[in-house]
Amino acid sequence: MALSLVIGFSLAYITLLFLIAWWVDKRAEQGVSVVNNPYIYALSLAVYCTAWTFFGSVGRATTGGLSFLGVYLGPTLLAPLWYMLLRKMILISKHQRITSIADFISARYGKSTLLGVLVTLIAVLGIVPYISIQLKAVTFGINTLTHFGGGPVAAPASILLDAGFWVTVAMAIFTVIFGTRKLDPNERHEGLVAAVAFESIIKLVTFTAVGLFVTFGIYNGFGDIFTQATYRPDTAKMLTFESSGVTSFSWNVLMMLSLFAIILLPRQFHISVVENTSPRHIPKAMWVFPLYLLLINIFVLPIALAGKMMFDSGIHPDTYVLSLPLAKGAAWLALAAFIGGFSAATSMVVVEATALSIMFSNHIVVPLLIKTRSIGGNDLVNGAARLLDIRRISILLMLILAYWYQKSVGNTYDLVSVGLISFTAAAQLAPAVIGGLYWKRATHQGAVSGLVVGFLIWAFCLPLPSMAQAGIISNTFVTEGLFGIAFLKPYALFGMTGLDPITHAAFWSLFLNTWAYAIISVNTQPSMLSLTQADLFVNIHKYISGQEYDILKREAKIGDLKAVLNRFLGESRSLSLFNEYQQANGFLPDNQKIAQAELISFVETNLAGAIGAASARLVIDSVAKEEQITLDEVMRILEQTREAVQHSRIMETKNEELKVLTLQLTRANEQLKQLDRLKADFITTVTHELRTPVTSIKALSRIILDDYERLDDERRTAYLQIIVNESDRISRLINQVLDIEKLRSAEQLHSVDTVDLREIMLSTVAGMQQLFAERNVTCSLPHSGDAFLVKGDRDKLIQVMVNLLSNALKFCDPVSGNIKIELHIKGHFVLLRVQDNGKGIPMHARDMIFEQFTQLHSHEQGKPQGTGLGLFITKKIVEQHGGTIRVESEPGEGATFEVKLPLFEQ
Amino acid sequence: MQISDSASKILVVDDEPNIVIALEYLLQREGYEVHKAYTGQEALDRLETITPDVVVLDVMMPGMDGFEVARRIRQMPALECTKIIFLTAKGTQRDKESGYASGAEYYMIKPFENEVFVSTVNEIMAYG
Repeated sequence: MALSLVIGFSLAYITLLFLIAWWVDKRAEQGVSVVNNPYIYALSLAVYCTAWTFFGSVGRATTGGLSFLGVYLGPTLLAPLWYMLLRKMILISKHQRITSIADFISARYGKSTLLGVLVTLIAVLGIVPYISIQLKAVTFGINTLTHFGGGPVAAPASILLDAGFWVTVAMAIFTVIFGTRKLDPNERHEGLVAAVAFESIIKLVTFTAVGLFVTFGIYNGFGDIFTQATYRPDTAKMLTFESSGVTSFSWNVLMMLSLFAIILLPRQFHISVVENTSPRHIPKAMWVFPLYLLLINIFVLPIALAGKMMFDSGIHPDTYVLSLPLAKGAAWLALAAFIGGFSAATSMVVVEATALSIMFSNHIVVPLLIKTRSIGGNDLVNGAARLLDIRRISILLMLILAYWYQKSVGNTYDLVSVGLISFTAAAQLAPAVIGGLYWKRATHQGAVSGLVVGFLIWAFCLPLPSMAQAGIISNTFVTEGLFGIAFLKPYALFGMTGLDPITHAAFWSLFLNTWAYAIISVNTQPSMLSLTQADLFVNIHKYISGQEYDILKREAKIGDLKAVLNRFLGESRSLSLFNEYQQANGFLPDNQKIAQAELISFVETNLAGAIGAASARLVIDSVAKEEQITLDEVMRILEQTREAVQHSRIMETKNEELKVLTLQLTRANEQLKQLDRLKADFITTVTHELRTPVTSIKALSRIILDDYERLDDERRTAYLQIIVNESDRISRLINQVLDIEKLRSAEQLHSVDTVDLREIMLSTVAGMQQLFAERNVTCSLPHSGDAFLVKGDRDKLIQVMVNLLSNALKFCDPVSGNIKIELHIKGHFVLLRVQDNGKGIPMHARDMIFEQFTQLHSHEQGKPQGTGLGLFITKKIVEQHGGTIRVESEPGEGATFEVKLPLFEQ
Repeated sequence: MQISDSASKILVVDDEPNIVIALEYLLQREGYEVHKAYTGQEALDRLETITPDVVVLDVMMPGMDGFEVARRIRQMPALECTKIIFLTAKGTQRDKESGYASGAEYYMIKPFENEVFVSTVNEIMAYG
């Protein structure tokens, strides 16, 4: 077959793919998502079936019999678990705008830059061989079609004559055009997904066509092939498990590797998680995808048996899919089969290289550029365009590496063996991913340790020996062990023999990887951010159901955030994002204003979509200040669910209320106790004050009764007078006690009249004229004839006047007593001053005299007549009238009582 | 009725003049020589010059209270034989205990029965 025909067909096919992708992208721009469909999702997942499946399964079946099924049984077995595992990964990734498996692991362990780099390195080094076998398969296919029956193909004289080189170049162009057309914040490429899904159909249809041709065209159905196969020992062997040389242990390891690969291979993660349009597609994909795997494997064994029976060893079993139609003259079918294999290879390469380039640029190139201030600093270079360039260069780099690997190493191995090396590399990510999803305690250090240990063992046991075998490095460590230590032979590590290299490497790398991960995690403390991310990953349902925790308190200028977003996403995209945020949150950002944590998170998440979580974090850190998280916030994140938080908040409030109530009660109780003590004191004092006059009355009346005859008239009269006076004293006391009770129970005045204080004063003085005269006290009155009006209770104000005058009378100079009364108006107040010329009031007593039952005594004056309630009552009445009372006194110069009452102004 | 030839002396201490008047009458009627004081300090001053057989003491007085006066009396060697009667309106058990603790022999509560008061004083005078 002419080379031009093959190339022409391939180019036509690629053009068709472009058209599909272009149309789907166009529809997406119009708002119609063609790929938002569970069947397309399931078909796109079939990117899992690469040229390895298309060509390699047949090759594998010829040597390993049914063992080729292992890599398909793993994913099939895992399918029912998708609903849990894949759904959780999708939810987390949508929430965090995660764009790759490296991003996922980095984000889980505190948005770690180191982990991003590590996972990217493992992925790139692990997957390059896998890409290389796709190139090899296509090259193989072209050579088979063009040189069939023409003997072995000679090595090309120059690289420009090498078909593999041109295949690589074509793939690179194809990938660059598909994977880096635009920079999407979510890394969604609907056109790419549609093309991949279409290619999956082509793969299945062409492979099935070849299968039908072989089974029913060359032979007479399945029964015929299998019957004929049993007649030959080499083909009969292929029908049994035992003779395939695969132990049950390797079988299990194989299934486990493929089980991890289906979610951890960068392209699988990209298609199943990043490109996923809705988690609702998972249930359908759970049976469609396994069904696809079943269908594409049905004809593997018949084709392998037929090839083995028809050809000699001159034809490589990996090419049976093409060789069988060619041998039977069905050239067009062979060409169609080639297109199927080409589909398998291109879909794998395009998606894988795109996923790897995202990882490579986001986790290695961009952090480096940010650290060296090449982008994201103050220059205004268009970051979006530069990011795309970085992606393109990354893709070229991947493919050049793959080409180099295929040229130098890949030729010595069959497709499946090289593929499994990649599977084992991808499986190293399993502990960090699965532990990260379900084990909150897992730390960054644990993840780093596990990955490093797993990667080193993988590298030592698989790719290094293969490079040694290819003659690139010295072979001695393979045969002698590292540094000549027999325990360190890459195919018999720690003395373990009897396993094939893949099983052996997978066992040791995964075993020690998991242990390192678990033990280091348990013995290290996670960082703050790591904790919050751990909680988010493990309890993602809590976060998507409602509002997010406001975990990080950060501050940044809105202008800075805009500038950052402009640089990485471009002007229009960032503008529309800000508009979107504004519509959702309803505020107008002013560039100089400080953005809230919410907006910063929004910008970071969108930025993460373009450059990965760790890089986005670095960029945001450069413009945002982070506040320290308080301890109780950490406690909140770590140990309490949202409900518990709310509950404890309610309890806290209740507790606070209780504390306040208790305090109030304690205070009230204290006041009651104080009142009780006052009441008890009052009663004791009143009792004493009552008993004293009763004692005099009783004793003297008894004397009069008993000794009536013996007493002279003078004494009798004196005693009777005492009895009368003491009775008055009792009455007075009783009245005043009642007054106090009245004052206490009624804070407000009952009757309010306009009262002239001058009139009251004059009438009171007139009423007490007799008393003044008895004591030889003179009274000086103010001369003014004006009225001094106040609002108040006339009787009570009279009582005030009486009390003050009585008090003055009591303490006047006993020989030449004088009382001076003054009335003034000062501002809005009336001042009443009553001044005596007695001994004055000692300083210490001045506050006390207004308290109840306080009486002043002096040696000379003896016991004053009174109850000790007069001034107390006076003060209470004055206060009821909105006034104040105070006393001024100089020892030896008398005392002046001043009452200040509000003036009534018409 | 006079019990002793040389009239026995009694000091009455109370801040209520009317009660002092009544007590003076009652005791004079029995033939005692009555001295009067209206505050605690005044009582102590008087005791510098006289040595009464009995001191009738009020408790609640301005300045020094009766309990304090009693304690001071008990510290005066000259008054070793002087008996102290509290006559007070303070009538709780605790007040009584304070009274006895301060050195008094008797504790009577106001208002009192004239006969009971007089016979108490007479008994003290007769039997010591």
